[in-house]
Amino acid sequence: MERFKNTFTFKNDMRVGWFLAKRDIKRANKWTTILIVFVMIFTFLNLVVVSGILVGLIEGSVQANKQRNTGDIFISSFLNKDYIENSEDVVKVVQNIPGLDAYTARVTSGGRVIAEFRNTLLKDELQNAVGTNLVGINPIDEQAVTGLSELLVEGTYLSKDDPNGILIGKTLLYDEETPIEFPGFTAIKRVKIGDTVLVNVGNNKVEYIVRGILKSKVNEVDGRVFMNQAELRKLVGSNLLTYNEIAIKLKDGFSQDLAKEALVFSAVDTYGRVQTSEEAQPKFLQDIKKTFAILGNAISSIGLVVAAITIFIVIFVNAITRRRYIGILKGIGISKRAILLSYVYQSIFYALVGSIIGVILVFGFIKPGFAAHPIDFPFSDGILVATLPDTLKRVVLLLVTTIIAGYIPARIVVKQNTLSAILGR
Amino acid sequence: MIEIKNVFKIFENGDSPIVALNDVSFSIPKGQFLTISGRSGSGKSTLLYQMGLLDSPTKGKIIIDGINTEELTDDQRGLMRLKSLGYIFQDYAILPSLTAIENVLVPLLMLGLDSKEAEKKAKEALQKIGLGDRMNNLPSELSGGQQQRVSIARAIAHAPQVLFADEPTANLDSETSEQVMKVFLDLNREGQTIVMVTHEPEYAKLSHRTIFLTDGKMTSDVMNS
Repeated sequence: MERFKNTFTFKNDMRVGWFLAKRDIKRANKWTTILIVFVMIFTFLNLVVVSGILVGLIEGSVQANKQRNTGDIFISSFLNKDYIENSEDVVKVVQNIPGLDAYTARVTSGGRVIAEFRNTLLKDELQNAVGTNLVGINPIDEQAVTGLSELLVEGTYLSKDDPNGILIGKTLLYDEETPIEFPGFTAIKRVKIGDTVLVNVGNNKVEYIVRGILKSKVNEVDGRVFMNQAELRKLVGSNLLTYNEIAIKLKDGFSQDLAKEALVFSAVDTYGRVQTSEEAQPKFLQDIKKTFAILGNAISSIGLVVAAITIFIVIFVNAITRRRYIGILKGIGISKRAILLSYVYQSIFYALVGSIIGVILVFGFIKPGFAAHPIDFPFSDGILVATLPDTLKRVVLLLVTTIIAGYIPARIVVKQNTLSAILGR
Repeated sequence: MIEIKNVFKIFENGDSPIVALNDVSFSIPKGQFLTISGRSGSGKSTLLYQMGLLDSPTKGKIIIDGINTEELTDDQRGLMRLKSLGYIFQDYAILPSLTAIENVLVPLLMLGLDSKEAEKKAKEALQKIGLGDRMNNLPSELSGGQQQRVSIARAIAHAPQVLFADEPTANLDSETSEQVMKVFLDLNREGQTIVMVTHEPEYAKLSHRTIFLTDGKMTSDVMNS
């Protein structure tokens, strides 16, 4: 009696399950296998690519904001202050932080740009002007951090000793082809490269020549006017060497958090706000990013349910049509668990092959494709966000789903009476 | 070795239950070649299913090698079929997606034999029943007789204590049937206990003993000369 008190060992069950599954897959109808693998590939792509694109639309904007505006670390004046306190000392600290690649210190001021200022205004005619944020930069430092010259769509970049040149963001210029017209929005009309405009801050007015027009998908660039720092100081009427923003670019691979810690350690956070590029993102971007991530996960979940149903049907039909086969296996003493495992292995095979091909497609073609040709979104260049750890998590998710979806129908059939299954009753 | 004690098998069929086995009792000593005969519907196969642990009697006991099979769980019955019993079906019941040798290998692997040992035993079993040259063929590439031999090889490869055969020659021509019977007689000569259902008297006569069933009742128990 003791001989039969033992139940089947898991090791043997796994071995026999694998033996049966391997042969079932090998001798299955080729087209059926291809079809199932296709479903798995598309499910995987649905899981990774849909949410990846949704997040990527915003990530493009986040990356652009970092690359063209904030750098890796952004120091700005407190909201209740006009400038970063002890600006010169802060700059000295910045120059010595570990991992520094480049930095640019900016002076900002509200101002007004007036075009066609020599024209006499008719009765009730409004001045051709726009209110904006004027930014005083060191063109070389700015170029090193944000590559501002790369954003020129017309004209030339500022030279360091250009006393009367300015660069205007595209949003400030009225677009005849696609005009933006809503209450409160103003833009200057008929401004070309080489035109002279009047820039006014308080009671001070200085004429400048438009050297270039900038276009990016970052509002902090497109909605601003850039000039040499010394010129803006003169215009504002300040001799103090103060700054309003400092954007810091770190060397590749250097941790933003470590750099921020170094700045905080030197008490820079008592003089101004110290933020990583992520913290410095506009709040609406953070909100959209979260919303799109939820939306992406919701769409992915639907894909996952479809994959689960597909595998369930495939395994159920397979097990039902092979009810007698399963009955014979049980009849000759093969354990139920070994038979169940053979179906689970088949599910794993389909999910793994689908995922492996999916990973190759994502990292070999789709992601590089999106990087080379981003989606032209109004406020960003949409890329595909797919990191290897996140992708592997989704592979595991797909595997678990298919294992469950394969196990349940197989269990339903395996539980049936052995003799009835053999005799087809 | 096998004791059948007052076995009943009753199938529920609305208000009129069908008594397929009616108080059947007998015992089979080790090494005996026993045939079960009777007309169609007499309960021959039903009795074999109970003895082969593919089904459970409604009442009564089946004791194999001192073990009351009534007390075994479903898994333990499966394990007993795997370790101690061999089963040959009328329609061969070999697995269509596996080759001849793979069909024989599956239960050996389930027993925990390593791959090489299992393969050696499977080859030996196939060679023993004259299928050494068709080992790697799929069932669809084998004749009915060859498929039945695969079924026999699968049933004997693990040296079971009892071999059950349910009308193994019913689907075969006379020449192939004789070859199959010869395999059984050879196995029995080597000491294999065999219980075979047949309705062919000439094959029943080749066994040591024949039990006749009529409407589920055992009507005679004859020792063949």
